[in-house]
Amino acid sequence: MSLGEAAAARQAWKSKLFADGVSMAFERDGKDTPVLENISLEVGDGEFVCLLGPSGCGKSTLLSAMAGFLTPTGGEIRIDGEAVRGPDPRRIFVFQERGVFPWLTVEGNIAFGLFKLGRGERERRIRYYVKMVGLEGFEKAYPHELSGGMKQRLEVARALAVNPDMLFLDEPFGALDSITRLIMRRELLRIWEAERKTIIFVTHDIDEAVQLADRVVVLSARPARIQQIVEIDIPHPRDLSSRRYLELRDGIFQQIGLAHKV
Amino acid sequence: MSAVAHPGKWERFFWPIVATGLMLAAWHYSVAWTGTKIFPSPHDVQKGLAELLRKHLLWSYLGDSLRRVVIGFGLACVTGIPLGLALGWYPAVNRVVNPVLQLLRPISPIAWIPVSIIFFGVGDGAAIFLIYLGALFPIVVTCVNSVSNVSSVYRRAGRNFGLSPAQLLAKVIFPAALPRILVGLRIALGIAWLVVVAAEMIAVNSGLGYLVIDSRNAGKRYDLVVAAILLIGVTGLVLDFCFRRIEGFKSVRWGFFHST
Repeated sequence: MSLGEAAAARQAWKSKLFADGVSMAFERDGKDTPVLENISLEVGDGEFVCLLGPSGCGKSTLLSAMAGFLTPTGGEIRIDGEAVRGPDPRRIFVFQERGVFPWLTVEGNIAFGLFKLGRGERERRIRYYVKMVGLEGFEKAYPHELSGGMKQRLEVARALAVNPDMLFLDEPFGALDSITRLIMRRELLRIWEAERKTIIFVTHDIDEAVQLADRVVVLSARPARIQQIVEIDIPHPRDLSSRRYLELRDGIFQQIGLAHKV
Repeated sequence: MSAVAHPGKWERFFWPIVATGLMLAAWHYSVAWTGTKIFPSPHDVQKGLAELLRKHLLWSYLGDSLRRVVIGFGLACVTGIPLGLALGWYPAVNRVVNPVLQLLRPISPIAWIPVSIIFFGVGDGAAIFLIYLGALFPIVVTCVNSVSNVSSVYRRAGRNFGLSPAQLLAKVIFPAALPRILVGLRIALGIAWLVVVAAEMIAVNSGLGYLVIDSRNAGKRYDLVVAAILLIGVTGLVLDFCFRRIEGFKSVRWGFFHST
């Protein structure tokens, strides 16, 4: 990249989310247990950021705070310059599993956030997103009639249907088998490239992070601190056996303190 | 699925019929062998039922009992479900009301008979009030529990899409709690059917419970007593069967383990 191109890229980069010294402590047995420690992070508009860390490190807590479900005990999270005060339909949270409403059909789930729209527009969006996530023919099906991957796609469709500008994904593919997981990653990238939402994606899977993200934020074990931010400078579609991919992946493995051998 | 896990259709009917036949046979022969003059044989009961039909008592008594249950249970649903949802929704209010509920709950509705007669006199009102009391507490308690057991994931998702508290209650909490609520309603309906029989023995002059007590008092007609008992059993079974059909509706089926 030439200097001129780098400058142009910097110009185009617009801040979306800013976490300013965010700390979080939960009270347990009368003692304050710190979960997040002084997390500062800026995410650009349209950027795909992965929060990577060991299980139970507090990365989901950080994501919940960004989505407005939890209030940090220290610091502040701002989105578009405004402090986050609660959940907002402009920013949708996609849960690990079982986030779809089992009492509603595929159509009903997608329509859930569209109650303010007119009938015509609602129908149009349902059709559009049913097609986008490949659930045609299952419009009248209930979640218990769908596979795990289909349910997860349905939840993504429900989130996208309200046309949010951010998505928070909390290990969304964690409960899926490895083949479905790979397909879902490709689908998510396809959707992201089409709609250019800002995505913050929590995972404990290093490969997943390196395959998806523009930047990987590596968090330490609890209390979570930012250990390192790794820029993944490989264009999509990414070749998973390229030298650069392996280099970045192994770098993160080392960063987390894992020898890359089983 | 194996044949063991899913018995054939014919088996679902075959074994209950065999069991009923065996029970009737055991009943018939115990009456015959002991030579009792008091306890009726199946044949006596059959004649008793025919007599009730002839006197146009069977359907009218059954109808009276069912009417009381429908009104009492219906009122308990109409008041108990909103009350239970509200208490589950506002835990602070529940902490105040719960001790009162817990105190009233273990009291058998039968104990309220004198009180209900003071309030409503001898008649339908007293019987319906007792059924109402019997059904109300299980409905309220299951509604409270089912609301507090709604997964936080659903609450969060609902809030995320910008629902007002009232919308959240109507569109997320209630449908999410509904399968558990239905279980509570089913139990309450069973209790209502138990209570109506007891209430009719004392507070009114019609219905299946009245038939039991009246047949005994007016000439020790044990054939009619047993006929009434059988009618009570069969009707209770049918009510429960009808209610279970609701659990098969698609929007609640996800909450029941016997669904496939």
